[in-house]
Amino acid sequence: MDFFIQLLVNGLSIGFLYGLAAMGFVMIFKSSSVLNFAHGELMALGAFVFLVLIGWAELPVYLAFPLTLVFCFVLGFVVERLFLRPLIGEPLIYVIMLTVGLASMFKGAMLLIWGGNLYTFPDFLPEGLAIQWGSVNIPPVYAVSIVIGLIFLMLFGLFFKYSSQGIYMRSVADNQPAALSLGVHVRKVFALSWAIAALVAGMSGIVLGIINGINVHDLSSIGLKVFPVVILGGLDSIGGAVIGGIIIGLLETFTGGYLSTSLRDVVPYIVLVFILMVKPYGLFGLVEIERV
Amino acid sequence: MRKLHFHPCGNFNDRYEQELTIFETDFGRTAVLAGLLILFAVVPYASSAYFLYILNTIAIMSIAAIGLNILIGFTGQLSLGHGAFFGVGAYAAAILATDAGFPFLLAVPCAGVITALVGVLFGLPSGRLKGLYLTIATLAGQFIIEYLLVHWEGLTRGTMGIVLPEASIFGVALGGDRCFFYIAYGALILMTLIAVNLMRTRYGRAFVAIRDNDRAAEGMGIPIFPYKLLSFAISSFYAGFAGALWAYYMVSITTEPFNLGLSVEYIAMVIIGGLGSITGSIFGAIFITGLNEGLRWLTDILMSTNILSAIGLSMAPLRELAFGTAIVLFILLEPRGLAEVWRIIRSNFRLWPFSY
Repeated sequence: MDFFIQLLVNGLSIGFLYGLAAMGFVMIFKSSSVLNFAHGELMALGAFVFLVLIGWAELPVYLAFPLTLVFCFVLGFVVERLFLRPLIGEPLIYVIMLTVGLASMFKGAMLLIWGGNLYTFPDFLPEGLAIQWGSVNIPPVYAVSIVIGLIFLMLFGLFFKYSSQGIYMRSVADNQPAALSLGVHVRKVFALSWAIAALVAGMSGIVLGIINGINVHDLSSIGLKVFPVVILGGLDSIGGAVIGGIIIGLLETFTGGYLSTSLRDVVPYIVLVFILMVKPYGLFGLVEIERV
Repeated sequence: MRKLHFHPCGNFNDRYEQELTIFETDFGRTAVLAGLLILFAVVPYASSAYFLYILNTIAIMSIAAIGLNILIGFTGQLSLGHGAFFGVGAYAAAILATDAGFPFLLAVPCAGVITALVGVLFGLPSGRLKGLYLTIATLAGQFIIEYLLVHWEGLTRGTMGIVLPEASIFGVALGGDRCFFYIAYGALILMTLIAVNLMRTRYGRAFVAIRDNDRAAEGMGIPIFPYKLLSFAISSFYAGFAGALWAYYMVSITTEPFNLGLSVEYIAMVIIGGLGSITGSIFGAIFITGLNEGLRWLTDILMSTNILSAIGLSMAPLRELAFGTAIVLFILLEPRGLAEVWRIIRSNFRLWPFSY
């Protein structure tokens, strides 16, 4: 029983992190319908920048964290300006292949600089945040990640529903030429959405780094695990991303705990194929019906 | 003898057959035939064993890259599982050759067919959806196949790997790089011919129609789902065929090479070579294999001079960086790849000295 509850708690918290990671991905998809294969690398980059600031430059956390977020925000702008802006109006498949290339480029660069070793952040979260509930132990990181996740979930929900910028983003995703002709500033929308997505990615990278340690390979494979999460939740639903993340996280920990540890990493992808078969637009995705 | 046909100074085609010719000029056809003659008669005897190894690798990679180009360049669907399908072909050939005792000539096409069936299995759920769901399904396929290759030990012998018997055709053993050169390039020419001609049939033109505008294609009476699936099956067949050849060439295979990195490598080949160009895929395979060997040579030199060995510079990240950069630069600067560069060079020669 205790084992079950501990697995449940672990699954929930890991799943929440997946959801957090998936939010940045959905952000880009919602504004430009691009599948960003470089998401894990953006996460790893955020974590490494935080590591450098906190470990090498020895800045205090309250300074290093916002600085990292600023860096990620600027990085998102730069990536968009250098690599994605020239492709506005090109077929989507070019953009997606470009993100595959970017992923490989970033990963190679990070491996050259930091190597494939596992790094850990120095311990900085206060112990008081840890929740002890019977025999179940929730470390402080998870508590913090849940709070951060909920804040971002609410902000994004409000942003896309009510702010004019959010509505522009949805219009661009739906039909780029139509949005352009109606006077939506598509370039600005792209720049902003990449910047925000990089920021969210960097943040989830930091949180994941605190929990599992930072390793380029691990973080980039989590970046790919975003795909089952968003397919399950619905590609364009931010709330769905969180719920999909939690379901995938639970599935992973339960298979890891009861069936076999090697199956753990494949289960999300098996779920992905299954979901594509029975409910391709996910739990909360927008169902597109088109008759030709 | 009829008059030799050279390149005109513009597009003067007035019949559809002229648009569909493989060689625009008689000169091109002669040049290709002469090139093939030199390739088969001179190259295997003039090159070292190492160079032959590179050439054979290029031939095998080219076959797989042509397959991926049919999917990406002609049908407009992206596959991230090509490396895994290559592995399925390799393992299918190995298992057929060892456990079922298939001869070489039968095992390789059978491996291709098996891979095509596996591809259809993963393509089936996503093909009926609009958009790029196939990309995501093949990503899942990549991971699931990788897992099965390692953990389905009853079939694939897990991490032990499989050792294949020597390839032989009608009792003639085909050991060694030079013999395999003829097999690999024979297969490459056959598969290139099939691909080039396939793209001229109604099927190929239907693929292009789907790529350019799926709604219009459906309006013209092309059933999109079967055609997308067919394209994916053909692409998987090419991957499996190449994988089977590779397994015979390598003699013993293990599960490691067929990872996501290999899939990205194939995407890089197709982009660098030129989307929607069969010859481009071959250029891409040459470029990537050359880049691989160049990087290996570079790291060897840097390591031996002891300048960088202290930092522990290794091959893998450098490769990843180089492939990524190549993909990004080609998409941004020359989206139609080396095939287009080659065309520009040729037309510069043709129009010289007034090429503007």
